[in-house]
Amino acid sequence: MSFLKNKTDIIVGGLIIGVVAALLVLFGNPANMGFCIACFIRDTAGALGLHRAAAVQYIRPEIIGIILGAFLVALVKKEFAPRGGSAPMTRFTLGFFVMIGCLMFLGCPFRMIVRMGGGDLNALVGLVGFVCGILTGVFFLNKGYSLKRTYSLPKLEGTILPAAVVVLLILLILAPEFIFFSEAGAGPGAKHAAIAISLAAGVIVGAIAQRTRLCMAGGVRDIVLFKDFRLISGFVAILVAALITNLILTAATPGSFFKLGFAEQAVAHTDGLWNSLGMYLVGFGAILLGGCPLRQLVLAGEGNTDSAMAILGLLVGAAFCHNFGLASSAKGPTANGQIAVIIGIVVVFIIAAVNTFGKKADA
Amino acid sequence: MALLDARGLACPEPVMIARRAMASKEKAYQIVVDNPTAKENVTRYAEHQGYRVSVTEKNGEFTLDITK
Repeated sequence: MSFLKNKTDIIVGGLIIGVVAALLVLFGNPANMGFCIACFIRDTAGALGLHRAAAVQYIRPEIIGIILGAFLVALVKKEFAPRGGSAPMTRFTLGFFVMIGCLMFLGCPFRMIVRMGGGDLNALVGLVGFVCGILTGVFFLNKGYSLKRTYSLPKLEGTILPAAVVVLLILLILAPEFIFFSEAGAGPGAKHAAIAISLAAGVIVGAIAQRTRLCMAGGVRDIVLFKDFRLISGFVAILVAALITNLILTAATPGSFFKLGFAEQAVAHTDGLWNSLGMYLVGFGAILLGGCPLRQLVLAGEGNTDSAMAILGLLVGAAFCHNFGLASSAKGPTANGQIAVIIGIVVVFIIAAVNTFGKKADA
Repeated sequence: MALLDARGLACPEPVMIARRAMASKEKAYQIVVDNPTAKENVTRYAEHQGYRVSVTEKNGEFTLDITK
């Protein structure tokens, strides 16, 4: 089985992640949202009062778990290596616009897979845009795109984000009055598994993603660039496991975990053009960042402060989305959101072009 | 033998550097990287191209000796 060479770990890891994602819905997460890095960072931004959309406010333990899982495994494996200095403001900006693309589509690439596993065909339309965005990014990579080198930093620098999410966990458990939590029935923010379950799920995914270097955007990129099918194997494994788990849960429980079609999907809309353009922005931006939002969390856990900057960009982007009406809803995209996605695509093109053609002299 | 410095670069850039260099089809290359992901990815790419790879680690940097 030469195809399986170098892939067994990521396929097994992907299968576990797919099952965990589907089970989180059984335990209380919103439908087709066992995991969504974008939605969960957005909910966390809401809980901190960075936006005041009452439907989406909750400190998501999955995010905390992924960062801590990657951090702990990296420490044990002696791969914790604080570094940074590779265009931090550019990475912040890319993170900001990736979030705008995600909230146009209503999901990060991870949730796009989870939505496909739940039968949501709108996610397939999103996938078309995502792949086109990746191919655009690959075009610039082939022309020499680079955000230049990182440098080693003191241990403290790489420890700040893992420490900050521990503080978030404490705030979640203590639930002081100044933290906002969506009230029951208010929207997706009110739907969540128990803290311990969500945290454990996050740690498992963070640990597996750290070991396997799993990335949702890297799969298509590596096939095109290097004819390397490793990362796409993880992507497909998550999809297969989520799909099968959803079908089993639908048969074995009173709930519905799988519904094939476009209409009336959970936390989704049917506007194909904007689903596609939103994910185009996400795919393009993720390639320029060197990885999808999940990969940024894992790299930040390993001490990469450039990825931490991208995460802060995602966080601020999420706050902007809800403060200025950029995020879509089940009714569809907003005019403001459409303008923001177009601006995002233009900005990302400029970042790609400047870092490809404008820096030859100081390379 | 071609010497390539990919320290400080995040994937896929080290593999891009290896790919560009290997277009000249030399018999041996030496690439230095400074993170395990780059080490794994460059190794996988080189082996896929029919090279043998031996890795030595020193102070968190990996030197990959790549030969036909």
